[in-house]
Amino acid sequence: MPIDNNENKEFKPVIVAFCCNWCSYAGADLAGSSRLSYPADVKIIRVPCSCRVNPLFILRAFQKGADGVILCGCHPGDCHYSTGNYYARRRMTLLFSMLDYMGVENGRTRVEWVSAAEGVKFSQTMNEFIEQVRSLGKNVRLEDLRCKKN
Amino acid sequence: MYQISREKMPELLAAVAKEMDLFLPVQNNGITNFGFWTEDAKVDLDTLKTVKSPKDAFFPQSEVLYSCYQKANKTSIEPAALKDAPFAIFGVRPCDVRAFDVLDRVFLSEPADVYYAARREHGIVVSLACHEPEDSCFCKTFGIDAAEPQADVAMWQVADGYAWEAKTEKGEKLTELVKEYLTEQDLAKEVEAEKEAIRTLIDKMPNSNLSLEGWGVGKTKERFDDPKWKELSDACLGCGTCTFSCPTCQCYDIKDFNTGNGVQRYRCWDSCMYSDFTMMAAGNNRTTQMQRFRQRFMHKLVYFPDNNDGMYSCVGCGRCVEKCPQSLNIVKVIKRMGGTK
Amino acid sequence: MQEKLVSRAKELLSDGTVVRVLGWRKGDTDFSAEPAFFESAESLDEFTYDGFCGANLSKYMIKASKEEGKTLVFLKPCDTYSFNQLIKEHRVDREKTYIVGVGCDGKLDIEKIREAGCKGITAVTEDGDTIKVATVYGDKELKREDVILERCKACKGGKHVAYDELAEGCDEEKPAKEGRFELVEKLEAMAPEERFAFWQNELSRCIRCNACRNVCPACSCIKCVFDNDRYDTAQKANTTTFEEQMFHIIRAFHVAGRCTDCGECSRVCPQHIPLHLLNRKFIKDIDEFYGEYQAGEDTDSRAPLTNFTQEDVEPSIVKERG
Repeated sequence: MPIDNNENKEFKPVIVAFCCNWCSYAGADLAGSSRLSYPADVKIIRVPCSCRVNPLFILRAFQKGADGVILCGCHPGDCHYSTGNYYARRRMTLLFSMLDYMGVENGRTRVEWVSAAEGVKFSQTMNEFIEQVRSLGKNVRLEDLRCKKN
Repeated sequence: MYQISREKMPELLAAVAKEMDLFLPVQNNGITNFGFWTEDAKVDLDTLKTVKSPKDAFFPQSEVLYSCYQKANKTSIEPAALKDAPFAIFGVRPCDVRAFDVLDRVFLSEPADVYYAARREHGIVVSLACHEPEDSCFCKTFGIDAAEPQADVAMWQVADGYAWEAKTEKGEKLTELVKEYLTEQDLAKEVEAEKEAIRTLIDKMPNSNLSLEGWGVGKTKERFDDPKWKELSDACLGCGTCTFSCPTCQCYDIKDFNTGNGVQRYRCWDSCMYSDFTMMAAGNNRTTQMQRFRQRFMHKLVYFPDNNDGMYSCVGCGRCVEKCPQSLNIVKVIKRMGGTK
Repeated sequence: MQEKLVSRAKELLSDGTVVRVLGWRKGDTDFSAEPAFFESAESLDEFTYDGFCGANLSKYMIKASKEEGKTLVFLKPCDTYSFNQLIKEHRVDREKTYIVGVGCDGKLDIEKIREAGCKGITAVTEDGDTIKVATVYGDKELKREDVILERCKACKGGKHVAYDELAEGCDEEKPAKEGRFELVEKLEAMAPEERFAFWQNELSRCIRCNACRNVCPACSCIKCVFDNDRYDTAQKANTTTFEEQMFHIIRAFHVAGRCTDCGECSRVCPQHIPLHLLNRKFIKDIDEFYGEYQAGEDTDSRAPLTNFTQEDVEPSIVKERG
């Protein structure tokens, strides 16, 4: 992956978006096919359900260079597996609270419910989130220097 | 012999640090460990035992061996730089100085470990005699004299400061460097009194004169199948507290880390208490905690002496005695198994 | 009290109710009792129950449950919560356990005694609330209050939540102590950068000995993610500050909702990292978001992280409350 080291250029945050297969990934697809724009720096990782994401995924994303991590799943009540996103909701609430407690900026993490029909919401959410992360600057509190060399 | 007052000590340390890296006991939130000198570091030469031993100075808990990465379709390999400038280690206790000798046996015997050898060559050890020994100390059991530091420079606590004596060429050089902070003085009497006091105190410590009967060269068969290993190890958690606080534990593992655009090969301390210690393709040769526990103590008290002219690889620093979460330790092992067949 | 415990254990051994006893063995000093299994009446002569028996024995019951026959285990009030939690998770076998509840007035911390200036300790004796310490450098008297384990400062009270019988000296009515979230609240009130500096400084001392994980009664995975060499999470050392954060966040998260706040993690940390403050943060959040919950209080309720309601707060609450 080419990494641009030019300091003068505007800071482009790297965002990792975990999207559930049934709603949010389809939502992202719709955003694409509807030609709605959202920055290319959003790297989507498809997961079977939002509750597949365990806290280590989030931390590893930061380790490997993400500046912000967002988790998208079906709206509460609409989970393909009935209740997966309810569990994910509790886990992420606690994890984000812990990250905040450890001094990591709370704007770097987010959960958003995006249905397969909400292409517009997907692109809006991503644009908003990327702006928020941009204002926070580079992730330095949860970084692994080994992954930033060269 | 020279003298340095307590007030002048920070200046001396700052002067050393200006010339070279300085590794010494530093307090962090009430806990003292060896660390590098910085302007605002809370230097602590009074605490007898740092949690971690000073072995990090020569054999750090983790160190990169080389990194490789791809750039423009070319793979580059960058070996880690070897230590090539002198550095000083201050406030090492006599037991920990002996521990360096133990590590030398492992890392400097052929084929020598280049990373360790480079550090050892450039390291200047300043040792401090143990003004107030602790109940967990049992260095005397292994023939170490807490009053007589065997290092490049030896220091003793006297009246309002420290006595300073260079013992080797390296020590002389360091003394030259900091001469302006030292005053030449005849301290023979004071130092002798301090040594006497230390030895008297050491003799009062409960574990100073443990019997090592039944341990040492050639005792493998006698000790290996002792049924006491089971009861001694029953409560062992399999954590690495004893091995990581130990000044002589020398086992390490070599691992690769994928940085996303390359690989870093590094080594880090390993612990014989861990379930994946010496894991091979065929599995693990020690499958129970009893076997792992036995390995640690047999290594220190039997196998190592077997291979090193009778030298024990325990120096009696007592760190594991103080730190084991469940109060299991080498002193208990020596005591309970001593004298039995 | 110790004699009574020993004679009761001998009775239960001899009438065949149990085949082994899990308790504490006298150490070589007054302050080094170790957890131990006893299988005969004679070996019980080495049994002790004193102020330094802080170790929580419930996790050893995982091992004992795999053995033939019943095990008698001595549990302090707070240990019984851990035991219940293990029952809930099917990690121990209640049928193979005979619990004798023992009383507790707060266990002593030898490290605190040392920090109070006691060096070269030769004997420690308890005299009610006074702790007499004899040392090579002279004798000292300390107040129990000042040298009890950190966890005992937030004692859950004298109630045993699981037992077959209670030994003499149990005070089931002893109230819980207040204020266990004080330090968590103090941290929450700090600015993020201060919190970050606080944790970075604390975690920088971590030597990754895994004692906190290995002692934890809730950490009972057969293969821990940090030991699994298929992932590069299986580090044996914290090579970077990130790995310190990762290990401790995941360790605490994995026991969130299952941690009974027994405090063993902080007791065993050789570097005195206040690990319980991570666990208590989760407990406090769970209490606030999903209602008061004490893990291990019962054996059948659903744990907060294996449960939900449709009205749960959204994760955005973390940002909104600032």
